[in-house]
Amino acid sequence: MLTLILSRLAQAVPVLLVVGLIAFGMFKFVGDPVTIMLGTDYTAQQKVDLIHKLGLDQPFIVQYAKFMWDAVHGDFGVSYRLARPVMDLFVERAPATLELAFCASIFALLIGVPAGVYTGIYRSRPLSRLFMIVSLIGVSLPTFLIGILLILVFSVHLGWLPSFGRGQVVKLGFWTTGFLTSSGLVALVLPSITLGLFQMTLIMRLVRAEMLEVLRSDYVKFARARGISSRAIYFGHALKNTLVPVITIIGLQIGGIIAFSIVTETVFQWPGMGLLFIQSVQVADIPVMAAYLMLISVVFVLINLVVDLLYYAVDPRLRMSRGGKARA
Amino acid sequence: MNAIARAWDSDILYSFRRTPVAVISAVILLALLIGAVLCRWVAPFDPYDLASLNLMDSFQPPAFITDGTAQHLLGTDDQGRDLLSAILYGARLSFTVGFSAVLFAVVVGVSVGLLAGYAGGAVDAALMRLADVQLSFPAILIALLIDGVVSVSLPVAVRDSVQIYVLIFAIGISFWPQFARTVRGSTLVERGKEYVLAAQVIGLSRSRIMLTHILPNVLGPVVVIATLTIGLAIITEATLSYLGVGLPPTQPSVGTLIRVGNDFLYSGEWWIAVFPGVTLLLIVLSINLFGDWLRDAMNPRLR
Repeated sequence: MLTLILSRLAQAVPVLLVVGLIAFGMFKFVGDPVTIMLGTDYTAQQKVDLIHKLGLDQPFIVQYAKFMWDAVHGDFGVSYRLARPVMDLFVERAPATLELAFCASIFALLIGVPAGVYTGIYRSRPLSRLFMIVSLIGVSLPTFLIGILLILVFSVHLGWLPSFGRGQVVKLGFWTTGFLTSSGLVALVLPSITLGLFQMTLIMRLVRAEMLEVLRSDYVKFARARGISSRAIYFGHALKNTLVPVITIIGLQIGGIIAFSIVTETVFQWPGMGLLFIQSVQVADIPVMAAYLMLISVVFVLINLVVDLLYYAVDPRLRMSRGGKARA
Repeated sequence: MNAIARAWDSDILYSFRRTPVAVISAVILLALLIGAVLCRWVAPFDPYDLASLNLMDSFQPPAFITDGTAQHLLGTDDQGRDLLSAILYGARLSFTVGFSAVLFAVVVGVSVGLLAGYAGGAVDAALMRLADVQLSFPAILIALLIDGVVSVSLPVAVRDSVQIYVLIFAIGISFWPQFARTVRGSTLVERGKEYVLAAQVIGLSRSRIMLTHILPNVLGPVVVIATLTIGLAIITEATLSYLGVGLPPTQPSVGTLIRVGNDFLYSGEWWIAVFPGVTLLLIVLSINLFGDWLRDAMNPRLR
């Protein structure tokens, strides 16, 4: 167990160093922050002062080392666009993204797993066919299009749900939450469905495929022969054994949710980290882009570690063959 | 029996004729492809021709609702561009980016996979480690990050004109690991077979064995994955364009058109976003359905 964690962490270090180098390389070679910050009207002295203030006159290695040192301490400098510390911006916007990701995951799980079990057991019922059609469309429709169509129907036509923003939020220390006000909860509905629909269809298809596989296996036949009730077979025997790949996929999909939150946040003007990143790309706000790059790689390294560990915990066969590949 | 008759009787075409979903999706896909490739002749207007644009024509609704005119079948956008023409031209760009990106991913992925599988050892370990690391990030995130980083590092003057190559590169790079893994797996199997041993015994060079002996035998699964990846690549392109980091409004792909149309959703001009959206859905859905059939048809175990 410990060796697994250590070897995974040892792999993570070079990844993070390379990502750090890319992030830093952007600072060094991309765009010209000085002209962006000064605008069109400035004196030569103002320019020199700013270059010195930003530390852009020091050697490459010094700047890189300083960058990584600061990054480890959560200091990514000051946003060119908003002229505020990048870390503050992320701390401020993290709750929006995390609450959205949380609701989307809950939606995906609560609909996806039961729908997968149902379509796996009753393959040819009309409701199963309906689920499969919905899932096919869910896979083929890009996230942003789902969002636009939902807005068109539920905001523009029916006027039931808001189409942008978080609604009223409540401040709890540094955390702002939309869970405590009705406008905040209502604002979460469309973005969560948009973000969760793809994951839902994925989970559903996976659970269905696994159920079909498991229901054909010998131990289910024997369980039936022993006269165990269908319910116990489906949920006690079959579903339990479908969970190994489902856990992995869900774990890896947390990464997907973070990636697609960029899209969903743009569609719904959701004030989260993804929207911040996209706005930064459009104006070449390098400190924010670099910080996002670093943060997201740390998140992914952690997600992969947790998924590997979960896999290890759920599937006893992996404990027997030590160091086996933890991927399906 | 001539070649056409033999092909008609082959297993794969037999299965194709017997699968209505495959036939329908292939027909839709082909129609869209032809429309997009021949857009210069098929489209009623040239959306790039500024002279033919008339601001008086802007925001015309589609022909089948009241106030619509037969001249603009799907209506016009904010600049008076005929939407049907813009969609056909946009679809051509979407297809171009999708196909080129997948081609790029196939070339990179197949080369890496062949090399890793045939060379083995440290080369294999290093290349596959790299693929593992990249696979742990979602493809769209990789494409977005590469696209974002590369396009901000280009000078503003050339950014719009080279954006399409940046997109192809970014999307292509984000999809190579799937191909590398598949090809590596089949190369490992092929490497142990007698014909490869025979080729080694008669002293053929390693590159010759890899390219002319092993490569043709590992391409089967690549075709299937490539088909399905084209759908993904087109979605990725549309998403990046929608986010404003893909193709610019001067060179609108289907995704860019949706981005433009998004601004007019609330004022009632729904068609500017919806028709490009439906086009995108049709393209991706038909590619996915066709790819699903191809996967099943090429899997001998399912026959």
